Amino acid sequence: MSPVQPMRTPMRRVRGLGAARSGTGQFWHQRITSVAGIPLTIGLLLIITALLGRSHAAVVQILGSPIVAITVLLFIVNTAYHMWIGMQEIILDYVHDDRWKLLSLMANTFFVFAVSLTSIYAILKLSFGV
Amino acid sequence: MVEPEAGTSTGMRRVRPLSPHLQIYKPMLTMVMSIVHRITGAALYFGMLLLAWWLIAAASGPNAYANVEWFMGSLIGQLVLFGYTWALLHHMLGGIRHLIWDTIHGFEPVERELLTLATLVGSITLTLILWVVGYLVMGGPR
Repeated sequence: MSPVQPMRTPMRRVRGLGAARSGTGQFWHQRITSVAGIPLTIGLLLIITALLGRSHAAVVQILGSPIVAITVLLFIVNTAYHMWIGMQEIILDYVHDDRWKLLSLMANTFFVFAVSLTSIYAILKLSFGV
Repeated sequence: MVEPEAGTSTGMRRVRPLSPHLQIYKPMLTMVMSIVHRITGAALYFGMLLLAWWLIAAASGPNAYANVEWFMGSLIGQLVLFGYTWALLHHMLGGIRHLIWDTIHGFEPVERELLTLATLVGSITLTLILWVVGYLVMGGPR
């Protein structure tokens, strides 16, 4: 037998799913969101730096302007998905008890939705001034 | 019903040998930075609460915004924000390093050490630059 074990397992043949079909879906999505995250993070840091020390009225006006609001929105949506996958990975690595695992995975989803939708709501409110 | 024998089917779990884990290895920069990447990621996960708080306060009105400004301007707030800035930049640079490694480049002994050191030095430098700019040019928080 060759010293290099084949990567393909009998299960792969049974299921008919190569690793690239769906098995690495989240791996790939984590890469997409990390690439997108680079310019968005730089954008967010620039926005926050520019807003330091400004009055509430000025902050509201700047955060509500289209380019700034869109950048922050993209950052939030992109980061929400990225951190959801990331925390899921951490949970799957360290939480072995089935009940705790299920609960933490649910909590992860709840947290990400709550935090991101809160932020999105705030940006939309600032943008449309409702 | 037949009583299941130890280690055969349901019930008892057989004790199996485990592969060696972190504690037996000498800590190396690449390994420590890999762990730090995960820790900063987890910290940033909860750090999103701060961003959400800041945004919702700005949307709520001057009073709510003044509360956030007060906290961010306090000693604890400043420490948290400084750590947040570093964690964000470090996670970003570490992410770039991982993206480079994803292309199967930068794995040579010297390259990988340099890349890893660059993320650490880079994140600290950028954090300091950003805070100096924040304080000197923009007048700092408040």
